[in-house]
Amino acid sequence: MGKISGSRMLLKCLINEGVEYIFGYPGGKVIPIYDAIYDEKKIKHILVRHEQCAAHAADGYARATGKTGVCMATSGPGGTNLITGIANAYMDSIPIVAITGQVSTSEIGTDAFQEADITGITAPITKHNYLVKNVKDLPDVIKEAFYIASTGRPGPVLVDIPVDVQNALIDEQTKGEIDLPGYKPTIKGNLKQIKEAANKIYHSKKPVLFAGGGVISSNASSILTEFADFANIPVITTLLGKGSYPENKKLSLGMAGMHGTKYANMAFNETDLIIAVGVRFDDRVTGKLSEFAKKAEVIHIDIDPAEIGKNVKVNIPIVGDATSVLNDLFSEYKKLVEIKGKVNFDEWVNNVLDWKEKYPLYYDKDSNLIKPGYIIETLYELTKGDAIICTEVGQNQMWSAQFFKTLYPRTFISSGGLGTMGFGFPASIGAQLGRPDKMVFDIAGDGSFQMVSQELSTAVVNKIPVKIILLNNSSLGMVKQWQELFYKERYSHTCIEGCVDFVKLVEAYGGIGFRVKEKKEVREALKKAMEINNLVLIEFIIEPNENVFPMVPPGFPISEMLDHEKVKK
Amino acid sequence: MNHIISVLVENKSGVLAKIAGLFSRRGFNIESLSVGPTENEKISRITIVVNVDEDSIEQVTKQLHKLINVLKIQKLSPEQSIQRELVLIKVNTENKSRAEILEIANIFRANVVDVTKNSIILELTGAESKINAFEELLKPYGILEFVRTGMIACARGKKI
Repeated sequence: MGKISGSRMLLKCLINEGVEYIFGYPGGKVIPIYDAIYDEKKIKHILVRHEQCAAHAADGYARATGKTGVCMATSGPGGTNLITGIANAYMDSIPIVAITGQVSTSEIGTDAFQEADITGITAPITKHNYLVKNVKDLPDVIKEAFYIASTGRPGPVLVDIPVDVQNALIDEQTKGEIDLPGYKPTIKGNLKQIKEAANKIYHSKKPVLFAGGGVISSNASSILTEFADFANIPVITTLLGKGSYPENKKLSLGMAGMHGTKYANMAFNETDLIIAVGVRFDDRVTGKLSEFAKKAEVIHIDIDPAEIGKNVKVNIPIVGDATSVLNDLFSEYKKLVEIKGKVNFDEWVNNVLDWKEKYPLYYDKDSNLIKPGYIIETLYELTKGDAIICTEVGQNQMWSAQFFKTLYPRTFISSGGLGTMGFGFPASIGAQLGRPDKMVFDIAGDGSFQMVSQELSTAVVNKIPVKIILLNNSSLGMVKQWQELFYKERYSHTCIEGCVDFVKLVEAYGGIGFRVKEKKEVREALKKAMEINNLVLIEFIIEPNENVFPMVPPGFPISEMLDHEKVKK
Repeated sequence: MNHIISVLVENKSGVLAKIAGLFSRRGFNIESLSVGPTENEKISRITIVVNVDEDSIEQVTKQLHKLINVLKIQKLSPEQSIQRELVLIKVNTENKSRAEILEIANIFRANVVDVTKNSIILELTGAESKINAFEELLKPYGILEFVRTGMIACARGKKI
């Protein structure tokens, strides 16, 4: 039997797992792996310009495709630069495998050059991690890493490989095996609970479905949609749940929470039953917890038992995979309907639809200035919703969530839990590589984009035709908005006017850029960008004082929303 | 309220750090902790005493379950389990107090494990309250060193 190096074995294992891309950056303690990558045809390595973006790109790839993303970095600073990206994936339960080089086993613990205890550092932000001390463990570890990352509640797994392990020899034929006696995610929900839930729904008067990222990651959107339409139950989503139910449908109430729609928040206030699927009742959704949905009982479906009852009291907990549980719930519900007759929630639905009509999302359509809402609505019209939208974090993110109706799962990619500025652009690179058939947009702010603008190089060199919609308001807008509303307009370090010519910047990297200053040019500019099969950045000079409304002030119940009118007064 | 959690884990490096880290970052204080191998060399047992309310203990247990290397978690009620700690106490015997100390040791059924001209080491096992009482009685003589393990516990009856 032939022997190969640990590095070759690593690539062999990755190919075995179906890995197409590694997003990475070389360094002293991964040279053997990069040497193996040099003539590997089956995996494409995408060289980023900063390791953080390797993790974000792997994350974006995973969100867009449903497959596990892979990123790689060297020991020490390479690994620590991955941290933000790993933490981001952890907070949003995204399957990525991060591979880091480590100093050789004999040097571990000696404060060797570029040594960092990366398994120690990442313990709180990974689902699991490994330090591979012997090459014979490598195939098992890689197999387990992918299994853990992609099953149950997905999440990042880090594998730290000392350089001597990368060089050590191992039998070519060694196959990895999974031996995880302590890891058994519950897939099928308890049938008794599901029957009780179906019964509860049947007898409720004002139910809402509340769908989160778990619906997307379980690929449960079609069953959720079927169920909602059959039972005539309005659907509210979280930010990460966008796409779990088509937002152009009548029953869609969009996103709830701090910057959610007024009608979604009103529905939470009035509902008598929340059917929560794959959500974690984050503070950005619930507002003041003690005031949240006080009239409602809660059915909570989640694959992670620790999420159930963590923030909100639950009447019927169901641990299981969203697809499996929703399938069972739907068939139980249908049985009830067959036996007892159809119930309709018409009165409640009409009520909710009245709110939807009465309190729509708003921006001043008559303004001569470029309103971000106008750009994003126009983009939705032009793409007919058939595009992948990545966002940065802040106002650009909330405007995107509000004004781009997400019609399909895995087409709205945004940093929810961690709220990482600079996520969108590298994520859009990963998403575009994973979905070459889709047009991918990064809706960015001038602040966020500057955190990762060096990746223009990655996109241009690798001919990744991402479209960057840069909403330039010359400020760190979301913080500025808080300063305006809650800090007496003391704009401490949030005005960043004139720091760079974005068009020249993108041109310097070899991409295409243009600037839009007039409202009447918006539509044409977007059309033009969509026709260019290359990296293109459009800088829109937007109305600098536009804020995101509605808004629930921090610490307030979600029933108390500020809107444009209230703030003017 | 004190809760006793008995956790079976895979005997792998870094597992204890992961468990301890989980407690600290979720804001739970560990009152006592003891780790040792089991009859199966691949499995260790960690007995943790944690002082939290009823809702939090639920959350602690669920979070512990999420650690990949955790195999089994048992919540032990004080009534339905046997709890023991071991203590080694080095007491000063310079003031001709050895006889009195030995008498106390006798009552508690503690063992004498070391004697010198002016000190004595006593070994005692028992539940927390017994050890606390023993400590109180010895305090007046001058405790030179007090070495106490974390609690270990075992459910009563055949049930495991």
